[in-house]
Amino acid sequence: MTDVSLPLPRSPVAALFARLGMLRGFPIVASVVLSAVVIAAVLGPFISPHPADAINLRDAMTPPAWEDGGESAYVLGTDNLGRDILSRIIAGARVSVVIALYAIVLSGGIGMLMGMTAGFFGGWIDSVISRLIDIQMSVPALPLAMLFAAVLPPGEGMVVVIIVMTYWTWYARIVRGDVLSLRERDFIALARVAGVSTPMIFIRHLAPNLLNTMLVLATLQFGSVIVFEAGLSFLGLGIQPPQVSWGGMLSDGRNFIEVAWWLITIPGLAIMAACLASNLLGDWLRDTFDPMRRQV
Amino acid sequence: MSRYIVSRVWQGAIAILGALAIVFIAQRVSGDPVALMLPMEATEEDFANMRRALGLDKPLVVQFFVFVSNAAQGDFGDSYYWSAPAMELLIDRLPATLELALAGLAFALLLAVPLGVLSAVYRGGWIDNGAKIFAMLGQAMPGFWVGLLLIVFIAVELRWLPAYGRGTLAHLVLPAIALGWYPVAAMTRTLRSAMLDILESDYVRMERAIGLPERAIIWRYALRNAAVPLVTMIGVYFANMLGGAFVIEVVFAWPGVGRTVVEAVFARDFPVVQAGVVLAAVIFVVVNLIVDLSYGFIDPRIRHD
Repeated sequence: MTDVSLPLPRSPVAALFARLGMLRGFPIVASVVLSAVVIAAVLGPFISPHPADAINLRDAMTPPAWEDGGESAYVLGTDNLGRDILSRIIAGARVSVVIALYAIVLSGGIGMLMGMTAGFFGGWIDSVISRLIDIQMSVPALPLAMLFAAVLPPGEGMVVVIIVMTYWTWYARIVRGDVLSLRERDFIALARVAGVSTPMIFIRHLAPNLLNTMLVLATLQFGSVIVFEAGLSFLGLGIQPPQVSWGGMLSDGRNFIEVAWWLITIPGLAIMAACLASNLLGDWLRDTFDPMRRQV
Repeated sequence: MSRYIVSRVWQGAIAILGALAIVFIAQRVSGDPVALMLPMEATEEDFANMRRALGLDKPLVVQFFVFVSNAAQGDFGDSYYWSAPAMELLIDRLPATLELALAGLAFALLLAVPLGVLSAVYRGGWIDNGAKIFAMLGQAMPGFWVGLLLIVFIAVELRWLPAYGRGTLAHLVLPAIALGWYPVAAMTRTLRSAMLDILESDYVRMERAIGLPERAIIWRYALRNAAVPLVTMIGVYFANMLGGAFVIEVVFAWPGVGRTVVEAVFARDFPVVQAGVVLAAVIFVVVNLIVDLSYGFIDPRIRHD
């Protein structure tokens, strides 16, 4: 046996660099955009320059401040009722974030539980859940959303239900795959031998190993939910006025498409920025947690 | 092979049955259909008679069985609004939707195939990086917003193309771009990674060694080997586009299935909504089935025994 050299104690600076190395490629802009959306959602009324639903007909259809005829009081312009677009974007952020949070927690929770159950027990339970996922995935999301929109009372609750119905399979499929390989690992077998109850195995041994996957999926779902909700609200099937939503703003702006380009462009940019940011952050998280899946 | 076909058809049938079950449950949750049909002054007895006439007094299992056997014959009842059979109404509008979806697919392929191939060939070059940025942006832009932007800037500002309605080929261009927008990004990335694998394979090295021109190697031989992932994508996105058409048709006032179903939701015209959901599910399942079964023909190395 040769003597084993002790690892040198790491200097604080080296430790800091090692930690920064973990942050390589961290999408700074995306995080800033995402934080801005969340801050707008939380602080909403306190930071918006005007009340989101303040009608001011004298200032109706003011273009954004940098255009001819724009006013500095309305940086992003006003709509046909003179409501400030910036304030409405901020109000819309709140709706988007709240819905996204509920939808992510519920679809993530249901999907995770179903995926864990299917993967862990296998056999007929797995068959039933897998078939359920197949069925769910063989009905395209939007037509299915129409069906629920037709039978449920419209509003935030309905939007969350539709999104959960659409997205739980997403989590369930991936979690099932992960659990299939996890349950063959020694620590699960040992826990079973040691007499740990199944719920405890789920909570203490499986769930912590799924956290990375769940975090990546949830981040990616955030952007996806915002686009989906905007689509529903645009069709008039999601968030109902007077509540403000980005999709609803696009739908309102559509009536003035010939005269006011900013009513169409600006809410769409908000949707795009939020979605892009969440995709970039999600991709980065996936690459960081799971370098094997990194794309070429 | 035939066993594989049978099991895939069986799976497809179960999926459609599941879709029917979802529709059936949703219909029952939605409340008493009889209340909508009878006048305000109807008595309890009228309600009971109506229920019996509609078969609503029977056990749910029997009702479901009746529902499925009617659905199998394409019978979802008459539209409340158009007073015509709901499914017939939608089938009449299906050509318009298929036309739009095919045009969207054509647009997506026209952009994605050259972009994907060139990104792989000139890996790390400006086409590759440009396509990467385009893919990132493209996936964050909802198709209906792209459609609205096209209307604002191409149809209204520049007056190059008509914004609404169906008729000439020019009417088809903008909706097709909006519908085909989303798949371009994913298709480009998939094709790129498939091509990267193929270009490093032995037979491409062999083709280079015997001195075939590079252009022929890429476009004639390598691209043909990317057919399987390409066909998979075409199937997945063609089916998705039929769903996406629900919104795009509203944006461009396109007289297809999607717009009819959206209008039916507002009119609480349940038979049409139900028929629409089932129609979408059937098309989705059939398209995926065709894709799965086509692999064996495209690439004889894939045989499902």
